[in-house]
Amino acid sequence: MNFLKERFNYLFTSTKGLVLVAISMVSLVTAIWGTLSGPMVEWGVRDFTVRLLGMKLDPFFREGRIIMLYHSIAMAIIAIEVYFITSIVPMKRNHKVIINATVTVGYLTSMIFGLGFAYFGRNWILHGLFLFGLSLMFFTGILLAAALWPWKKEYYVKSPEYAHTKSGIDLERMAFFTMVVAALGSSLFGAIAGAYFGNGFETFLAENVVRMAYKPPLELAVIGHLHIMLTLIAIAITLVVGRWLDFKGIYHKIAMPLMIAGTIIVTLGVWTVVPFELIAHMIIYVGSVLVMLAALMLVIYGWKKLIRDRLNEQGIEKAGFWRGLKALLHDPIKFGPLWQMVFMNFTVSGVGIFMAIKLDEIFRVWQWREERVTLTGHWHVLASLIATIILMYYADIVGLKGKVRKWFGWTLIIASDIAFAGATVYSLKKLFVHPYYQEPFVNINMLFIDAGLGIVLVILAMLLIWRLVDLFKKHGLWKRELEHPELEVNYTSRNPEA
Amino acid sequence: MRLNKILVIILAVAFSAALFVGCDTEEQGWHHFEIKYIDTGVNSNSWAFIPAGEFFEGQFKNLNHLKKIDYDYEIMVTDVTNAQYAKYLNEALAAGKIKVDENKVLGFYPGDKYYGYRHERKINPGYYLYYPLEEPGDRIKFDGKIFTVDRGFENHPVVNVTWFGARGYCQFYGWRLPTELEWEKAARGPDFRAYPWGNEISPEYANYNLSNKKLRKILGVNHGITTPVGFFNGKKYGDFQTKDARSPYGLYDMAGNVWQWIADKYPKMSDRFMKGGSWMSYDIYLRIWARNSALPWYHDIDIGFRCARDVKNPEMISEEAKQSPTSGEKLEK
Repeated sequence: MNFLKERFNYLFTSTKGLVLVAISMVSLVTAIWGTLSGPMVEWGVRDFTVRLLGMKLDPFFREGRIIMLYHSIAMAIIAIEVYFITSIVPMKRNHKVIINATVTVGYLTSMIFGLGFAYFGRNWILHGLFLFGLSLMFFTGILLAAALWPWKKEYYVKSPEYAHTKSGIDLERMAFFTMVVAALGSSLFGAIAGAYFGNGFETFLAENVVRMAYKPPLELAVIGHLHIMLTLIAIAITLVVGRWLDFKGIYHKIAMPLMIAGTIIVTLGVWTVVPFELIAHMIIYVGSVLVMLAALMLVIYGWKKLIRDRLNEQGIEKAGFWRGLKALLHDPIKFGPLWQMVFMNFTVSGVGIFMAIKLDEIFRVWQWREERVTLTGHWHVLASLIATIILMYYADIVGLKGKVRKWFGWTLIIASDIAFAGATVYSLKKLFVHPYYQEPFVNINMLFIDAGLGIVLVILAMLLIWRLVDLFKKHGLWKRELEHPELEVNYTSRNPEA
Repeated sequence: MRLNKILVIILAVAFSAALFVGCDTEEQGWHHFEIKYIDTGVNSNSWAFIPAGEFFEGQFKNLNHLKKIDYDYEIMVTDVTNAQYAKYLNEALAAGKIKVDENKVLGFYPGDKYYGYRHERKINPGYYLYYPLEEPGDRIKFDGKIFTVDRGFENHPVVNVTWFGARGYCQFYGWRLPTELEWEKAARGPDFRAYPWGNEISPEYANYNLSNKKLRKILGVNHGITTPVGFFNGKKYGDFQTKDARSPYGLYDMAGNVWQWIADKYPKMSDRFMKGGSWMSYDIYLRIWARNSALPWYHDIDIGFRCARDVKNPEMISEEAKQSPTSGEKLEK
């Protein structure tokens, strides 16, 4: 009994345990539901999964199923970010416990019952519990916003190295707070439309209506909701990575106001889509540029820091380009998240900007099906990039060291980037090859995508199996993590619980 | 150090493979070749009678989606074939209804009302592309005088035809493109189903991405391709047993093989819509309510069409046609 109690305490009360549970849940869902599409269908794996688990894949409800699957995974990712935030941003212990408990029940409820409803028989009670889980996630947001309230004097910044106002308000805390408030509003933005469409179960996927000249306001709200929520998840992980790497100094002072302003502007821009669609995109572009500039500051700071730290370790005062590059690439786990942010510009932002510029000239000339592939491709890549960043932080949290750290880090970066690059090229294939000659091109591309994603899933499985085996050890890593449950970061202000 | 070497090798192999494939695709000359003619036994000149009445359109079965078409109409049992389209091109050229200019078959279109809306294109009265010649995927050739079809492809659906070209064909014979409602009713019949034949899909029902690889041996090709119209009729071809995939009204290929242009135009947008999915599509696009769209001058290797026509003299419709086993009239009873 004590065996279970200790493990339960670790998994559901420590930050590190909670993150492990959430990553495991997302991995499990990805592993199972990943067999329902792509080449798995051709190989007959989908039929096997469906038969084995007794899934019901009614063709009439596919859109609804997918929406619930996306929400289920998104809730777990949001929960992971919440765990990170409650650990790295100073707050009272009781606030942290309540927030973590609420978000845990919220994401598990929405994930388990949401997938249960969508894939195992459409029982209305399950749908109700799915909505209850989502409501708890929203309530978590309110609690988190209250806990992050930046005007509390006890959290004012004392160190001159971190961005703050003249009176001492912590601008990084403000950035977290702004992101959470924006997420709350944007959740409502989607929930209102979702309640309408969900009520009659007349669901639709945003990419399916993209070419219609007239989109009803609630359809626009759904399109806005999915874009802004993914953007805010990306902003949150950028802020988390910043704290992990102890983002400070002049770059921090430039980045935080940009991030706050960018978050506000991009969010308002998305909300504006409903009443003023024509000008909304201009507002969104302005906000996005500010957010991306803030991320650029973090990348510059982070890469300089990685080089400096490594050279210091080696006792080298001055180094040329190659030695500097070697120092930068020394630790893939810390280099990786920043690199993925840069890589995102090639596979997500770059594609998005290119599409926006060439929309009428190229993409709206193609058949809609091709445009749809590009649209879904770019946001799948963004979501997966965020997942790899979370995994790299987690690899650091569990203390991977030496060759294992290097192998894990580089494999994750290279395999995922090959997959993402492959997916990007695939989604733009018509630019390079006439449809008549596309088949070999597509085949080799799919090979890269599948191999890349497959390798990522294998190393993720290895990591999780290691953690699972560890749970059976009396004095395993879990025990040490239970004793030191918080993430090790330098706080921007005094942490009352530290 | 060893790790670095392995990484360099992986990247070099990946780059070389991509380069190899890139070069390889340029070299392949797949268009204009012959294949074995496969007789499906389905007459591409036949029409299905669709009686007036209510039916469910779209994805969701509720009263909002119960629509009524209050007139009888007919729709082609199959997609328009290469042979039919080549015959039309020859007849239309002789009649002066189309012209050939720089490898393009052009025809007149009276234009659309322009609203000046975002992404909307001006479509003024004028000559527009019907069918591109010497375009990869074409099965129709033009020797300067006459249009002919690559041998073996006569009963395959015509592809690479634009919306203008599809409309031009139907109009030339006094017919029209079906509206979306007409198309859906013809595909679904009076009940509620996801695919023309029912609610399950497997490679034996239609030519789509899952079945396409299995069909190559029978068709004698090594790449994706259309199937002859009416191919999925319950017959066995070699070792490939098809299922009878007719719609309740007896239409073939209403899911898969080629996307089918439909007539509908919407204000403030220039795109025209297509239905049915194609040999390149995932099964989700084969669902009856699924749509695709493109500009009316767009053409691709998986886009074709079929025509519809009014029943001007209902007494001309034989009792046999009205009472056929696949007639919706009978099913409704």
